[in-house]
Amino acid sequence: MADLNKFGIAEARDALRKGDVTSMELTEACLGAIEDASALNAFVHNTPEIARAQAAAADTRIKAGDAPDMCGIPLGIKDLFCTKGVPSQAASRILEGFKPEYESTITQQLWDAGSVMLGKLNMDEFAMGSSNETSVYGDVVNPWRRGNDDAPLTPGGSSGGSASAVAADLCLAATGTDTGGSIRQPAAFVGITGLKPTYGRCSRWGVVAFASSLDQAGPMTKSVRDAAIMLGAMAGHDPKDSTSAELAVPDFEAALTGDIRGKKIGIPKEYRMEGMPAEIEQLWADGTAMLKDAGAEIIDISLPHTKYALPAYYVVAPAEASSNLARYDGVRFGHRAKIGQGDGITEMYEKTRAEGFGPEVQRRVMIGTYVLSAGFYDAYYNRARKVRSLIKKDFEDVFAQGVDAILTPATPSAAFGLGEMADADPVQMYLNDVFTVTVNLAGLPGIAVPAGLDKQGLPLGLQLIGRPWEEGDLLNTAYALEQAAGFVAKPAKWW
Amino acid sequence: MSIDTATAARVAKLARIAVPQEDLPKLADELNGIIAFMEQLNEVDVEGVEPMTSVTPQRLKRREDVVTDGSQQKAVLANAPDAREGFFAVPKVVE
Repeated sequence: MADLNKFGIAEARDALRKGDVTSMELTEACLGAIEDASALNAFVHNTPEIARAQAAAADTRIKAGDAPDMCGIPLGIKDLFCTKGVPSQAASRILEGFKPEYESTITQQLWDAGSVMLGKLNMDEFAMGSSNETSVYGDVVNPWRRGNDDAPLTPGGSSGGSASAVAADLCLAATGTDTGGSIRQPAAFVGITGLKPTYGRCSRWGVVAFASSLDQAGPMTKSVRDAAIMLGAMAGHDPKDSTSAELAVPDFEAALTGDIRGKKIGIPKEYRMEGMPAEIEQLWADGTAMLKDAGAEIIDISLPHTKYALPAYYVVAPAEASSNLARYDGVRFGHRAKIGQGDGITEMYEKTRAEGFGPEVQRRVMIGTYVLSAGFYDAYYNRARKVRSLIKKDFEDVFAQGVDAILTPATPSAAFGLGEMADADPVQMYLNDVFTVTVNLAGLPGIAVPAGLDKQGLPLGLQLIGRPWEEGDLLNTAYALEQAAGFVAKPAKWW
Repeated sequence: MSIDTATAARVAKLARIAVPQEDLPKLADELNGIIAFMEQLNEVDVEGVEPMTSVTPQRLKRREDVVTDGSQQKAVLANAPDAREGFFAVPKVVE
């Protein structure tokens, strides 16, 4: 059977159960596709031996009639997840050579369900970036191009490797993580589905920490149904993560009825940004019309503190990062700088961290250090946490009005060229997260769904934001949007 | 508030990141750009607002104060850049 790597999760699951295909065949198709796609630089540590062993085990389970939904499904894993005995370095030089002695809870759950690990995926260093240009492994390339222009484009970030790999059919789906938009922005840039669950839905244990109060892992998939299936395997309470919610995991796929009649969809006026490209505005209006046609009630809403989400985020996230990244000291794991005659332990720390962290990570650690330092803590950090409370209250107020979900654009533009932002102010890059970052600050679930192509033939996505813990309902609204948008475009293979 | 090169040097020191003297003006510039962006937060009336401590309304869980893990010296040291005789090794810290 040709092109098995182009399968989604649901399609593969059904074919596996019917005996039409084996996990080994799916896995070999993906391994072949990965080998052909080195130009995309999406996979950075390949694990074919592990993949084949897991595929063989999955085929045995399926034959025995014990086949959870994710059994036999070949996946890519973002380099941020610790995977036992396999390099896990958060795309940073400072974790060069680090092979965890343990497995993250999420990946363990996926392997327990019978999934297959193809390898580790490129990303922005420590998940800090919106273009996958801060990685020690080099840039990831978007499989999409602007028409006949062969200038390489960014797949977005930080889960750029995951996005590129899923869009180019190197795997059936991938894990991502999202601190300010790192699942949803890259998903939108490559025309796939990306879900950030409610904060606490998926365990953070064994996922390299960036900003602990914002980080949340989620699925990056070829369809909304696939996202529902994969979330089911990733989610669940974990005693090893103190912020993991003690809630039962519902059957998310069962929620996909496509019936959204009577649902109230909020359209926030503050997301109509000045200078927003007309195509994004049009896409948003089209998406609104699609949900209305499907029977939803459209309501204009206000989220008055939206404007302050990005500045609040760029205080809170670096503050937490500066604390989390203090552990990289060249003593217990990863890179240690060579020290000079007479250098003491302080010089070892300083040189190790200067060599090990790239410029963007250094910048954020220093910003975080500054806003937490004596004299500035109240002016910046505490103020940002207060603004964060107000942003969360904005959402609580609209949900209290009966709004079920909020529709917004996923990104302020389509994918841009690699290197195009090289001379821009760091703040310009941060603006990529303008529509997604509010969701992390409020701990809500959000999903990016591909909804159309721009004039240059690049995918554009819409975002739906849901009520806390109601991923099932959110996925169902996303499913209705997906059905109406009918996005089926794929990038033409050039790699 | 503006960050001069002396402040940039102090922040780098606190963050334990070696920044060469000649790079400090550029660093100060970049930090100033980001800090200026953050200054927008001063427009918000935060009078009487509690700073957020937990995004979901949950109390941090407590567990029994008992030993649940341990005796994994080899695994703990497996990734150390320099481990000797069952310990992490570091440069001399006391003269």
